[in-house]
Amino acid sequence: MKNPIENLNKIFDSRIRLGIMSSLMVNEDLNFNQLKEIIGVTDGNLASHLKTLEENEYIKVQKGFIGRKTNTTYAVTQNGERAFKQHLEGLGQMIRLLE
Amino acid sequence: MEQEHSALHTLKDIKQMMERSSRFISLSGLSGVAAGICALAGAWFAHRVITGKEPESYDYDSLTIGNMLRYKLFIIALLTLGFAIITAFLFTYTKSKKNNIPIWSTATRRLMLNFCIPLVAGGMFLLRMLELGYFELITPGCLLFYGLALVNASKYTLGEIRYLGYAQITLGLISCWLPESSLAFWTLGFGVLHIVYGVAMWWKYDKR
Repeated sequence: MKNPIENLNKIFDSRIRLGIMSSLMVNEDLNFNQLKEIIGVTDGNLASHLKTLEENEYIKVQKGFIGRKTNTTYAVTQNGERAFKQHLEGLGQMIRLLE
Repeated sequence: MEQEHSALHTLKDIKQMMERSSRFISLSGLSGVAAGICALAGAWFAHRVITGKEPESYDYDSLTIGNMLRYKLFIIALLTLGFAIITAFLFTYTKSKKNNIPIWSTATRRLMLNFCIPLVAGGMFLLRMLELGYFELITPGCLLFYGLALVNASKYTLGEIRYLGYAQITLGLISCWLPESSLAFWTLGFGVLHIVYGVAMWWKYDKR
C-alpha cells in the first residue's frame, strides 16, 4: 500500500499557510487585513507566506482599490483547491490508520 | 504514531480556522435566555394594556407610522426590543472576549447582513400593516419574518439556530389562524423558545 504521507503537501506544512488555505476554502475571497485578523500574524510574515502560495499557483491575487486605498484580495485557484483537498485526504488516511 | 497524532492536530486546526473565518461562533446561549426573559417581561406589560389595566389613551383607528410613539403597546415593543438586543449583545461580547475572538470580523458582518435583510424588510412591511389596521397579522408576521431571518443567518453562525428559526416559522403560521391568542403565541415564540434554545446552546457549548 502506498504510504499516505505521500499525499501530504510540503507547502501546507506551515501552520500559517494552512490557515490561509483553510480560510480561503470557505470564503469566496478575503483581503489582506481579513486574513491577518483570522490567522493573527504580522504583516511581513503573512505576506511572505501568501507569496509562496501565489508562486505555487494555489491562490490568485486581485489588486483593487477602495477609494484611494489599495485593496488586495486573495482567492484559491482550482489547482490550490485540488492540492488542499488531497492534503486533507492524506491527513484523513493517516488518522484512519490509527483506528 | 507521532505522525498520526500531528495529523489529527492539523485537521483540528483546519476545522477551527475554517469555522473562525466563515462563521460567527461566539453567540452565547445566555444571550438567548436574556432575550427570552426580556420578551416575557414585555409580554406581561402588553397584557396589562390589552386587558385594560393600563388602557391606551388613543384610539387605534388613528394610528399612523408618524404617531406610533404615543401608543403604549408600541413603546413597550420598542423597549423590549432594545433591552433584548443590549442584554443579548453583552453575553455574546463577554463570550468572544473570553475566547479571544474579535467581535467585529468579516464573519460578524456577514451574519448581521444576512440576519437583517429579512428582518428589516419584514419590519417595514409590518409597520405598514399596522398603519392599514391589520392588527391580527402582526404577531404571525413578527414570528414568520424573525424565523426566516434566523434560518437565513444560520449558515453564518452556530448551525443549530436554524431549528429555532423553523420553530418560530411554525408558530407564526399556526398563529395566523388563531388571532385571539396572538399574545400567547408571541410570548411562546419570543419568550419561551428563546429561553429553551438558549439553555440548550449554553449546555452544549458554554458549560464548563
